Amino acid sequence: MQEKIVAQRPHALLPHVTNYCPGCTHGIVERLVAETLDELDVEGRTVGVAPVGCSVMSYDFFGCDMIEAAHGRAPAVATGVKRSLPDRIVFAYQGDGDLASIGMAETVHAATRGENITIIFINNAIYGMTGGQMAPTSLPSQVTQTSPYGRDTLTAGYPIRVCELLSTLDGVAYLERVSVDTPKSVRNAKRAIRRAFQNQVDHVGYSLIEVVSTCPTNWKMTPMEAFEWMRQNMLTYYPLGVYKDVQAEGFANAAEAASARAAGCPMVQEAVKEARS
Amino acid sequence: MTEKTLMKGNEAIAEAALRAGCRNFFGYPITPQTELAAYMSRKLPKLGGTYLQAESEVAAINMLYGAAAAGVRAMTSSSSPGISLKTEGISYMAGADLPGVIVNVQRGGPGLGSIQPSQSDYFQATRAMGHGDFYLPVLAPSTVQEMADLTYVAFDVADRYRTPVVILADGMLGQMMEPVVMPEALDPADLPEKPWATCGHEGKRAHTIVNSLHLDPQALHDENVQRFERYERIKQDETRVETYLTEDADIVIAAFGAAARIARSAVNAAREEGIRAGLIRPITLWPYPAEAFCACSARAFITVELNMGQMIEDVRLAVEGAAPVSFFGRCGGVIPTPDEVLEEIRTTAEGLV
Amino acid sequence: MSHQELQAVFAGFGGQGVLFAGKVVAYAGLIEGREVSWLPSYGPEMRGGTANCSVTLSDDPIGSPLIAHPNVLVAMNQPSFDKFAPELAEGGIVVYDDALITPGSELPGAFGIPATSLAEQAGLDGLMNMVLVGNVWARAPFCSRETLDEAVGKCVSTARAHLIEKNKEAIALGIEAAHGA
Repeated sequence: MQEKIVAQRPHALLPHVTNYCPGCTHGIVERLVAETLDELDVEGRTVGVAPVGCSVMSYDFFGCDMIEAAHGRAPAVATGVKRSLPDRIVFAYQGDGDLASIGMAETVHAATRGENITIIFINNAIYGMTGGQMAPTSLPSQVTQTSPYGRDTLTAGYPIRVCELLSTLDGVAYLERVSVDTPKSVRNAKRAIRRAFQNQVDHVGYSLIEVVSTCPTNWKMTPMEAFEWMRQNMLTYYPLGVYKDVQAEGFANAAEAASARAAGCPMVQEAVKEARS
Repeated sequence: MTEKTLMKGNEAIAEAALRAGCRNFFGYPITPQTELAAYMSRKLPKLGGTYLQAESEVAAINMLYGAAAAGVRAMTSSSSPGISLKTEGISYMAGADLPGVIVNVQRGGPGLGSIQPSQSDYFQATRAMGHGDFYLPVLAPSTVQEMADLTYVAFDVADRYRTPVVILADGMLGQMMEPVVMPEALDPADLPEKPWATCGHEGKRAHTIVNSLHLDPQALHDENVQRFERYERIKQDETRVETYLTEDADIVIAAFGAAARIARSAVNAAREEGIRAGLIRPITLWPYPAEAFCACSARAFITVELNMGQMIEDVRLAVEGAAPVSFFGRCGGVIPTPDEVLEEIRTTAEGLV
Repeated sequence: MSHQELQAVFAGFGGQGVLFAGKVVAYAGLIEGREVSWLPSYGPEMRGGTANCSVTLSDDPIGSPLIAHPNVLVAMNQPSFDKFAPELAEGGIVVYDDALITPGSELPGAFGIPATSLAEQAGLDGLMNMVLVGNVWARAPFCSRETLDEAVGKCVSTARAHLIEKNKEAIALGIEAAHGA
């Protein structure tokens, strides 16, 4: 009888017990990232940056070299690594509080600088690790520990749509929002994540994949209920899809798209000429 | 460029950093450190390095954290209010044992303060450069030549002990020009490898992790104890001090950086009047050269600082009550004159007879 | 006074070449192997307001680079004259442009020359600062004549090398004006 392996742990994912709750989507997304590192054969030249949040200890899970960053600063840390070692593949793995609240300045500026890095953004509309507080992406009227009467937009304002926000920036090459709630959506998320890393390998530019996720524990639901709540409430607020793709627009990279967008600006065209000479 | 040239202190730091093999600079504009960043922005692109103007001091220090984790020599510079913003990242660097050089060209505070020279960040640099239980070496240059020399030293100390190092200068030293001879330039490729760096394992070793999180209390305890053992080695081997006419001195002034220059003039003037005055100039503010104070038999100490009296606490700890310690200082960017310090010495001398 | 300590203040409006004039004197000290410090005023006043720098040349290590009582003052506008002239050390000298500055009272050691018009007549527009440097050197030589010219060469960037000769001419003009007086 011949043994046939149909599924195994990706090499870039270490045999380490995670700290994630049952039903959490972090495990799925981290596996997709690890599979990508395997498939592109880049684990040995990859440096990952972990955030503060539930995935804080992902430095123990990924097999590539890992850095634990201060809360929100992962894009700045990733920038420091990438600028020092331009031939390395650098990614940051961040949650919504980390990326869109305390680290919003670092997020926006790494994007607008067009850092050739990959960001994996887990949006589950809540602070998980600290016990379920309101996040920058918590929905209007969403009940959390710190919005016990539901998020009141009169006092707490509105959720941030990160892909839409970043899509206006010239430094960005690729933005896509995906989910991992069904086998089909997982396959789609894998395609997007792989593309975001491939872009870095090919010097296309800054790529971010937003994964709309769940938090069964702090949402106080079963995993299946959480997916259903997510589909009904989050995907209607955060529609899935591609928000920017300079290659699909016919450009080789973010820089070409940026200069085409500002075709009428002499300063930009001067920069293009200088870059060519 | 081993010939003597006139350079601004800020530029001397920048050039010395390049010669020490630093190819990565992350900063954010602030007076009076401006020339340092401007120098880096001119030179680094031509050396194939990175000059990056970050969106904030917070981002700049975290870029330094990333570059240091990647294993390269890197630097950031700022002035007082900007350093406050960097303290978060400095604490993380200390916790993750990352080397890096942080320059503070001090200005008056608190708050937005002034843009004129000051030494009001002594406490911050030596006591509380962020949260947590740690120290970092603090080097205090007093001349433009030392701005260059101590920058060079700072990179070595940072790498040797895996710690961030602070250069505590001020607006006067940063802006003034003096003759300076630059240290020899070294090739970054010749620097020793850092096996702990997160630079890609190439499948040849287990993955490395740069991290300051230890949820197990015992693990964090052990980590801190180990770091403090390293601090003991730093105290033993890296403490620096200059003493001037202290052997027979009745009155010893303690002053660092720009204040020490003024104090030195006053000591000379006092000697001309027959008052036996001397000067202890700490070059490392941490570790503090306490032994230099024990070694002299002065009957009185005066600390001279460009603040409201901060280093005086370390002088008192060093003197251990053996003699009175008094303070003379100006703050907010006001620079005391040697005459004013001399007057203070005279008054103290009168009290001794 | 080549072996005496020079404590010079150069003061005027931003754009008059105040800092540059001080730098030439500082380089002269460097060339002759002396201890040197050059300290500018900095901050908002740089931008269109008053500017000044303190230059010390000494045979001993220099303490404070900030000069409270200069023994040489080069003044290029009235506010600077009014601010620094009263602080002059005993026996110190002031050199100033007499078209721009009117001394309020008789001051021994104050020498006014028409530096701006001397420069303009010689086709050396904008080099009034160096005319004053030449003039002050003639009255209180702080280095050799050759060193002074060499210092100019050190201070002018290679991109503006064509200005070296003009600066030297302006210095010569200032020296001449002192001897004529």
